[in-house]
Amino acid sequence: MNAAATTRKFSEQRFLPFTLGFGALVAFFVAVEVLIRIGVISRYIVPLPTQIFAAFERVIVEEEILSRFRVTFVEAAIAGGMISVVGISLGILLYRFDLLRRATETWVAAMASAPTVLMYPLFLVIFGRSMWTIIMMGFVAGLPAVILKTLEGLSGTRRVLINVGRSFNLTPSQQFTKILLPAALPTIFVGLRLGLIFMLINIVGVEFLINFGGLGQLINDLAERYDLPGTYATIFFVVLVSVCFFIFTEKVERWLRPGT
Amino acid sequence: MATNAAATTHASNDILVVDDIVKSFNTADGSLTAVDHVSLSVKQGEFMAVIGPSGCGKSTLFNVIGGLVDGYEGNVTVGGERVNGPHPSIGMVFQEESTFPWRTVTDNVAFPLEIAGMDKAQRYERARHFIALVGLDGFENRYPAELSGGMRQRVAIARTLASEPKILLMDEPFGALDEQTRLLLGDKVLQIQHQLKQTCLLITHNITEAVQLADRVLVMTYRPGKVKRIVDINLPRPRSSEIVSSEAFGRYVAQIWSDLREEASRGMRDEEQQRAGAHS
Repeated sequence: MNAAATTRKFSEQRFLPFTLGFGALVAFFVAVEVLIRIGVISRYIVPLPTQIFAAFERVIVEEEILSRFRVTFVEAAIAGGMISVVGISLGILLYRFDLLRRATETWVAAMASAPTVLMYPLFLVIFGRSMWTIIMMGFVAGLPAVILKTLEGLSGTRRVLINVGRSFNLTPSQQFTKILLPAALPTIFVGLRLGLIFMLINIVGVEFLINFGGLGQLINDLAERYDLPGTYATIFFVVLVSVCFFIFTEKVERWLRPGT
Repeated sequence: MATNAAATTHASNDILVVDDIVKSFNTADGSLTAVDHVSLSVKQGEFMAVIGPSGCGKSTLFNVIGGLVDGYEGNVTVGGERVNGPHPSIGMVFQEESTFPWRTVTDNVAFPLEIAGMDKAQRYERARHFIALVGLDGFENRYPAELSGGMRQRVAIARTLASEPKILLMDEPFGALDEQTRLLLGDKVLQIQHQLKQTCLLITHNITEAVQLADRVLVMTYRPGKVKRIVDINLPRPRSSEIVSSEAFGRYVAQIWSDLREEASRGMRDEEQQRAGAHS
């Protein structure tokens, strides 16, 4: 294969999935537009995609969406940082102390499936109607996934890799930093991504419920004004926060664990 | 050609001495003796193979010699020093794929040197030497996921050699590979052993591999694993895989198989009985 053909193949491999994904999204919006226009979908429930696109300029200029985006982003970043530090540390602690693991693993798993968003009145009492209520709600929602996946990743390290470390007489801290942690990283990052999803749902949900903060509050305002195109346009920015965090975690994972 | 090994004596140039090892495990059906009064010795620069049927305690013996298990009777000494846990003079190569997927070939091979505190430039230079030794020049910056199974096992061997062990202890290192790759990697191991005058102890269930590589082959019985016989392999060195087509090679294979056949049959009958018992 000559160089030109190799370059062409590389370009195809790189851009084809993106083109296909983007094309499918455009096709979906066109289909929705057509279905609304011919009356299959009620335009009182779902706005026309063209109206949603037209609403972008309005929400950016009139609703100060960029500053609201920043508020939600900062809340998510603080909660995400707390989830990472506390979740991974607790996962390591549970791996290290088997009694602790056996005593608490079921409770952590139960917490992961609990609808913690319903606890927001309690958090309002503790932290007041402030950014910290939102951050702590996000933190509580995302924490169990990170703890459980950290524990799973460390426990799932292949025995042979641990034995390689032992055969080279590694100290316990070397064994942890050089073998256990890098081996567990892909699973830990699955936990982080899951945790970030739960966290963001809760953050926007609580902003919506207590009518305070960033994008969730704006969605609440626009929904109460029955501005459906504006509501959907704002939801797009929530997706954008999620995309930012996913790209960030992917980059950090590649940096920490190349070759996978 | 063959010696009964029950009466193993230790010469002064023995670098590894395994003396009367007994290792038992507690199971649901009571205590199970995996290795029963096994003694062997390996001379400096010698290549010894331990062969036996599945379930004869080969891997347990590997773990005992490598210091990965404790709670056994008997002694393992390296250069007169008792082994209590992993010993720096023993380098281990495992049966399963054991390269670190997050490290390049160079970083994998340089791993023991990094642990030893060698500076980066120096350890990379040393690593390149061992990478060349196993014939992987040009693949230094590749990750294990980009290599074949045989290449990954060569990385694992180079990594162990980089720690410059006195004894290279290998547990079926080519067990997961196809026969042709196994023969060719055998050539590579012979070349390395010849070049470094490396003392090697190979645990295997493959008779061809044992005869191709070893100076002596220790045949183990089926459970409990005892030494059945030690066969001296008087084939000329340096060897290559071409030797497998020689008449003498065939005679050694036949001789070891006649010892092993009875043990392997016993193992198979035992397994069938266990399965029948489990289903009744």
